[in-house]
Amino acid sequence: MISRAARRRLFSRFMTALTVLAAVIALAPLFAIFADLVLRGASSLNFDFFVQNPAAPGQTGGGVANAIVGTLIVVGVAAAIGLPLGIGGGVYLAEYGGGTFGVVVRFLADVLNGTPSVIVGIFAWTWIVRPMGHFSALAGSLALAVLIIPMVTRTTEEMVRLVPHSLREAALALGFPRWRTTAKIMVRAAWPGIVTGGLVAVARIAGETAPLLFTALGNLNFKTNVMQPMQTLSLQIYVFATGPFEEWHRLAWGAALVLMAIVLLMGIAARLATRTRFRDG
Amino acid sequence: MAEAAAPLRTERITALFGDKAAVKDVTLAFPANTVTAIIGPSGCGKSTFLRCLNRLHELSRGGSVQGQVLLDGEDIYHPAANPVDIRKRIGMVFQQPNPFPTMSIYHNVAAGLTVNGGRSRAETDAAVERALKDAALWDEVKDRLRASPLALSGGQQQRLCIARTIAPEPEVILLDEPTSALDPNGTQSIEELVQELKRTFTVVIVTHNMQQAARISDYTAFFYLGELVERDDTTTVFTAPHEQRTEAYITGRFG
Repeated sequence: MISRAARRRLFSRFMTALTVLAAVIALAPLFAIFADLVLRGASSLNFDFFVQNPAAPGQTGGGVANAIVGTLIVVGVAAAIGLPLGIGGGVYLAEYGGGTFGVVVRFLADVLNGTPSVIVGIFAWTWIVRPMGHFSALAGSLALAVLIIPMVTRTTEEMVRLVPHSLREAALALGFPRWRTTAKIMVRAAWPGIVTGGLVAVARIAGETAPLLFTALGNLNFKTNVMQPMQTLSLQIYVFATGPFEEWHRLAWGAALVLMAIVLLMGIAARLATRTRFRDG
Repeated sequence: MAEAAAPLRTERITALFGDKAAVKDVTLAFPANTVTAIIGPSGCGKSTFLRCLNRLHELSRGGSVQGQVLLDGEDIYHPAANPVDIRKRIGMVFQQPNPFPTMSIYHNVAAGLTVNGGRSRAETDAAVERALKDAALWDEVKDRLRASPLALSGGQQQRLCIARTIAPEPEVILLDEPTSALDPNGTQSIEELVQELKRTFTVVIVTHNMQQAARISDYTAFFYLGELVERDDTTTVFTAPHEQRTEAYITGRFG
């Protein structure tokens, strides 16, 4: 006969083991993807891979320099447009968005957050690509900006809301004007969380493919003009991975590894940039 | 005790949440360089009343105020009065120590100074040092002014908040149960500090600790159900209260 206490201990161990198992199962695909990428992609990485453009079909060699630079440009422009608007919108919702307008904005942001990215791509094609008469990196950036704004708005709002109300009152009681309380106290206290949220959003759009098919289109040449079609890593992976050539498949794995590394580096950079430190007040 | 002139007094103040009155028709004066304690059971409106004195209550959801609060004879609720300016003249210390976590110890104390601008670096340094000395914290933090305030103990954090409040040299200091989150040591240091503060400032302290009110205040006001029941010398309130309800409360029959 097992005592009651022993039975409870056993049950506790069993449940703990279940949560560990769940965590392992949840993380397994992540490690599998990462291991697969390194195993298949690392062999493609050499100096040429980073400085050359894709070779003509059927030939070996070549790289994805155009796609790496294109990704940085397309995502960079999207972030430059989307992050300020998203952060501003989130701060507004958290600090001043108590009324009907705030409720409407919050609801629309949630709807937009749930909108499939391919629909945003079609939207950008209809309103930007067609009037302009040609595909362009800028249209791609705008499509990605539309995707990033609601994400950043909502995470920023959550982060500012997490800042204790007592800090707002402390600042107001000291004679801080409202806007200064928001900027100097609330946003600054929430800043590491806001940056992390922005980074997650940028990482997500860095891998977006569907909206770019209708907008940035892709380009086998090295381009830096945002008014022209431009290659990105995600488009490159899509084209290479679905193409018929063994050499393309090899490059697609390499490109996927590079894309993941870029996202990882952004994460590390953001962490370093938001380490707690004391700036002049 | 002959009462000094009162730089701060209320005239029939009523504080509302929506249409529900939390403070009803309170007229109360706070003589210069004295400590007035506001006591009463939980929910009696004492904190809400305190928050009317620096126009914080109106920022609460549904909060509104009727009546007058006179600071040096001028109504702080006059339509032309600017609440931001009012709050520079009436400082407040809260229940939970709430130093700004993103700022160093130094910048916490300087926060109320820099928001007004117009001070040189040397003047700010001197004002910060003076405030920390007045808050009896200088010796404990002078070697780590650039460190995070979160490394301080609760009592030290609360003294830091007091330093932050007195640095801009307000006329009145409001304390909203400043020791309720502190251990006995921290409580004692704050109580001693309050005694020092009244030399320079007019002090109003809300407390649910009657012994504390008896120890540190010159006048005591007893609130019950949003009304001011009685206000007199602290000694009188605790030894010979005029009102039945006051006596019942201070002898521990309710609350």
